[in-house]
Amino acid sequence: MNDFAIIWSHRDSVWVGLLNTLVLIVLSGAISIAVGLLLTPVLVGSHKMLAKMVQFYVDAMRCVPFLLFVYLIYFGLPSAGLRLSNWAAGALALVLYNSAYMAELLRGAWLELPASILDSGRSFGFTGWGLLRHIMVTPMLIRALPMIGNQLIQILKDSAFLTVIAVKELTHELNGIQSTYFIPFASFITALILYWIVCMVMEAMMGSFEQFAASRRP
Amino acid sequence: MQEKTLTPELVLQINGVSKNFSGKNVLSDVSLQVKKGETVCLLGPSGCGKSTLLRCINWLEVPDAGSIHVAGVRMGVKDNGVVKMSDHDLSEMRSRIGMVFQSFALWPHLNVLDNVMLSPIHVQKRDKKTVREEALNVLQRVGLEEHCQQFPAKLSGGQKQRVGIARALAMKPQVLLLDEPTSALDPMLVGEVLSVIQSLALEQVTMVIVTHEMQFAKQVSNRVVFMDQGQVVESADPERFFNHPQTEKAQKFLSRFHGLGHPIH
Repeated sequence: MNDFAIIWSHRDSVWVGLLNTLVLIVLSGAISIAVGLLLTPVLVGSHKMLAKMVQFYVDAMRCVPFLLFVYLIYFGLPSAGLRLSNWAAGALALVLYNSAYMAELLRGAWLELPASILDSGRSFGFTGWGLLRHIMVTPMLIRALPMIGNQLIQILKDSAFLTVIAVKELTHELNGIQSTYFIPFASFITALILYWIVCMVMEAMMGSFEQFAASRRP
Repeated sequence: MQEKTLTPELVLQINGVSKNFSGKNVLSDVSLQVKKGETVCLLGPSGCGKSTLLRCINWLEVPDAGSIHVAGVRMGVKDNGVVKMSDHDLSEMRSRIGMVFQSFALWPHLNVLDNVMLSPIHVQKRDKKTVREEALNVLQRVGLEEHCQQFPAKLSGGQKQRVGIARALAMKPQVLLLDEPTSALDPMLVGEVLSVIQSLALEQVTMVIVTHEMQFAKQVSNRVVFMDQGQVVESADPERFFNHPQTEKAQKFLSRFHGLGHPIH
């Protein structure tokens, strides 16, 4: 148990790691849902060219392993003229990757909306963005809630990959400790427990959203 | 069919409207006029086009031919771009037409009060405070003011439909369209909705009602329009239509309903 004592003595870096992970998931989670909501109308819209382009992007993200995508962003961006910090590059990778997934699952929710709600929305004068904002978005999000929850947990796990571009998230910090002191078991168990706790908190939050959703289900 | 001159008290003027769905003629040269304060019931067998006609009035379906005027203003016609409506114009026109749906079509993520207030605030851009007051009034009128904070999922079918009616009335529409308002209801709940509609008829709210409730149509309408296979076959006051149908199709249709229909409580 000496190993855990070492980890405890480095709790500052573990804390930094945990904090970074949390910020990364909250930020990229929120942004990818928002971007997904903007992309979904294009995916189902009548502008065929744009819809095809967005569909291509969605398919591309779903076919690329996230680790590979992280490398692509990190090494590819500078040649496109963009110099980002490791953290920013990592966040960008998470957002770009998961927006595609969010767009796709929100598209599913969109298509499942009862036609009668759209009919009444239109009959009462809602059109275009107004229809989306007042009539469609909330029922879509409610419908997609379980899938969004799953995707957020996926983001949590994907964030661990960012260690390869030296982002100081949880995996990176504990990997640093284990390699310095040769205490792999204790380090990775600690990481596991912390990821697990974050996951439980996320599930609890999704649970409370579920309460909100239950009486408002389409 | 002669073009009738547009007079102010004509709330609805439908002239020669036709509609095809993948080659099938759902509506053929339908003409209909509704005066302010009138209650017109559209009757006919399933598939005769009555719901489609209603949906054409507020442009949920676009007619292939003919014209529709609501309070003297023409709805756009999809005919090589002649008078095509912008989203803004469509929105404005639709806010003058109240619609009540067979499946209620309430917005599930909003409570009863918000359902009633949503469009007056965001489409008609009326003052929030006034809208709220009026919404509570209209909910009281349909007997649901105590349920204003509830969500549609918790309401019975009859309650949902009454909210639907309140929601349409809150728009202060020039005409109320009701598409089989009681067809999806449990027979026990039909009466409560029919009484609300009857009270509206007594107050001279202009209405076009598609219904299968023959007894109700007889009691509440000023005029009955009978349709079959996309055409208007007969149009008469209820007394004459129900007791002395002129056409064979109408007679055949009515023979099926002899003695049926729900009484009004």
